[in-house]
Amino acid sequence: MLDAAARQNAVAPVSFWTRLNENRNVLGLWFMLPAAAFLLLFLAYPLGLGIWLSLTDARIGRAGEFIGVENFVWLWGDSVFWLSVFNTLLYTIVASVIKFAIGLYLALLLNNNIAFKAFIRAIVLLPFIVPTVLSAIAFWWIFDSQFSIISWALIELGIIEQNIDFLGTPNNARASVIFANIWRGVPFVAITLLAGLQTVPQSLYEAATIDGASKWAMFRHITYPLLTPIIAVVMTFSVLFTFTDFQLIYAMTRGGPVNATHLMATLSYQRAILGGNLGEGAAISTAMIPFLLSAIMFSWFGLQRRKWQQGESDD
Amino acid sequence: MASVGIHDVRKSFGPVEIIHGVDISIEDGEFVILVGPSGCGKSTLLRMIAGLEKITSGEISIGERVVNQMPPKERDIAMVFQNYALYPHMTVSENMAFSLRLRRTENSIVTERVHIAAEILGLMPLLDRYPRQLSGGQRQRVAMGRAIVRDPQVFLFDEPLSNLDAKLRVQMRTEIKELHQRLRTTTVYVTHDQIEAMTMADKIVVMHDGIVEQIGAPLELYDNPANRFVAGFIGSPAMNFMSGHITGANGSASLRTEGGIDLPLGAGAPAASDGRPAVYGVRPEHFILSDQGAEASVVVVEPTGSEIQVVADMGGDHVVAVFRERHDLKPGQKIHLQPNPELVHLFDSDNGQRL
Ligand SMILES: Nc1ncnc2c1ncn2[C@@H]1O[C@H](COP(=O)(O)OP(=O)(O)OP(=O)(O)O)[C@@H](O)[C@H]1O
Ligand SMILES: [Mg+2]
Repeated sequence: MLDAAARQNAVAPVSFWTRLNENRNVLGLWFMLPAAAFLLLFLAYPLGLGIWLSLTDARIGRAGEFIGVENFVWLWGDSVFWLSVFNTLLYTIVASVIKFAIGLYLALLLNNNIAFKAFIRAIVLLPFIVPTVLSAIAFWWIFDSQFSIISWALIELGIIEQNIDFLGTPNNARASVIFANIWRGVPFVAITLLAGLQTVPQSLYEAATIDGASKWAMFRHITYPLLTPIIAVVMTFSVLFTFTDFQLIYAMTRGGPVNATHLMATLSYQRAILGGNLGEGAAISTAMIPFLLSAIMFSWFGLQRRKWQQGESDD
Repeated sequence: MASVGIHDVRKSFGPVEIIHGVDISIEDGEFVILVGPSGCGKSTLLRMIAGLEKITSGEISIGERVVNQMPPKERDIAMVFQNYALYPHMTVSENMAFSLRLRRTENSIVTERVHIAAEILGLMPLLDRYPRQLSGGQRQRVAMGRAIVRDPQVFLFDEPLSNLDAKLRVQMRTEIKELHQRLRTTTVYVTHDQIEAMTMADKIVVMHDGIVEQIGAPLELYDNPANRFVAGFIGSPAMNFMSGHITGANGSASLRTEGGIDLPLGAGAPAASDGRPAVYGVRPEHFILSDQGAEASVVVVEPTGSEIQVVADMGGDHVVAVFRERHDLKPGQKIHLQPNPELVHLFDSDNGQRL
């Protein structure tokens, strides 16, 4: 005891500046500085600017004045805005659920030993590789009211008599853009879940086989619980991407017919850039924040380390 | 409990045959150890008994039933894996209960059986922990608990102790043996550690390159190895082998090594075999230090406390001798090593069979 105290006193006095630099926490802050600057510059600044704009009456070419929540009050009474909220939720929920189901199914399929595995994996990735706008244009053709290949095939088969107006009527258009989004999004879900599946040790399945588990029981009691952390990550990203989707809609329908496929993102763009009402467009974008935050909160809880993932020390 | 019969079993992966016709019969309640060097096909054979691998040809039966086509869950076996394969998201008790739950066993029975197994293995205080929160030895015990709970006909173990440290391994060895004496369940146990095999088995099956070299009780393999492979594999430190040819006639025959050393053969030496090439085998512990006997010079002395191990150069051959007495030997020192002629082994120099 005495010894230790003596030794501590013997340490030569150091300047405040040196001590500050050697302090773990201070040093930590120093190291975080570049990253923090980066985040501020590229994330916080645009976000802050967007929120600020939503509180002004800025138009293109004219710096706005602060008008408080007037934009939001206006939007509150705007039925097109509410329609876009409804569309966005419908689009996100339906597409995400189906993407998850198909993605999981494909991942399970590809995790088995099937013929031409590498080839099929490559095919599954394809929609992911094609640029969104390109695939949107392709879908635009596929869903064209005159030249749709689907209509053509169905007519040839004698199932329908007339071309289907895929993008011309509200519900058809919604279904069509959701279909296109699913087509684009499935690879991401499938490949990520496949990566997750491959981290499950084979010996667990062997142990379960001997314990008498059927294929379904293995999925239910081993695969699924071990996959939940990955599912949480994938679905968070999937929901965020879908909720903020812009390209696909804009290239296929521009929000039509009669705003039936307008998402909040496309409506915001239309009002802000095309309509010139920067303040109002920014307000629509800002209105997306609560939705996104709640999605993130939801997955944050989903992502919590489960009890079984913790080591002894976390007890 | 049941006997296990393995009849001319072969296994190929693609065009490569890994197991070339194996015959083993395991009696009810027996503790049988499959031992052999890495890659000889022990795990493959065990997995065929479990039903995790298909049998290419031959027949495996458990009890009265031929199980070739039977899925694992109907074979009524339990397996302990080398990496334990505990379900990470289930607690110790859920891990143990899993197989019973799958069979929709009544809750009270499940709890009771899990508790009995946990009691036997000293797992009661750990029932609510997750596998990550256990030490290696505890995980090993949970893996055994999972097997015990099912009360199967046969236990299969695939190198269950190889992930444990040396001390724990010795302790678990005793525990597994004790468990077997208590439950008397037929057990097939795979290891590449011959000490584990010697200490635990009722019967050892020595495998090598997909064939069975010899089957027998531990001491039988030690005393009467059927061939040079078994002789070299069983026993630690390994048996010394010296090639040479037999000289002299019956009664006072000896073997002259390539280095020109004469080594005595016992009365059991093969008759009328003057000049025949052969391999002389003697275990390190069957040398005595004396005034006569073969001359050798000490190379390395390795005391372990309970004994000393001496590596010596005997006419160009390196031999290992082990003494319980504490001889004071120095490297370079000339000594005389006398093998006990009644305990030496002679093998054919071509096919390695015992002569
Ligand atoms: N699925 C497989 N496909 C092809 N060859 C295999 C397969 N499984 C095992 N083998 C081969 O079969 C042989 C025996 O393997 P096995 O796992 O049974 O050896 P082992 O005796 O258990 O060895 P170890 O002591 O290292 O565990 C090895 O040569 C191995 O390469
Ligand atoms: Mg093995």
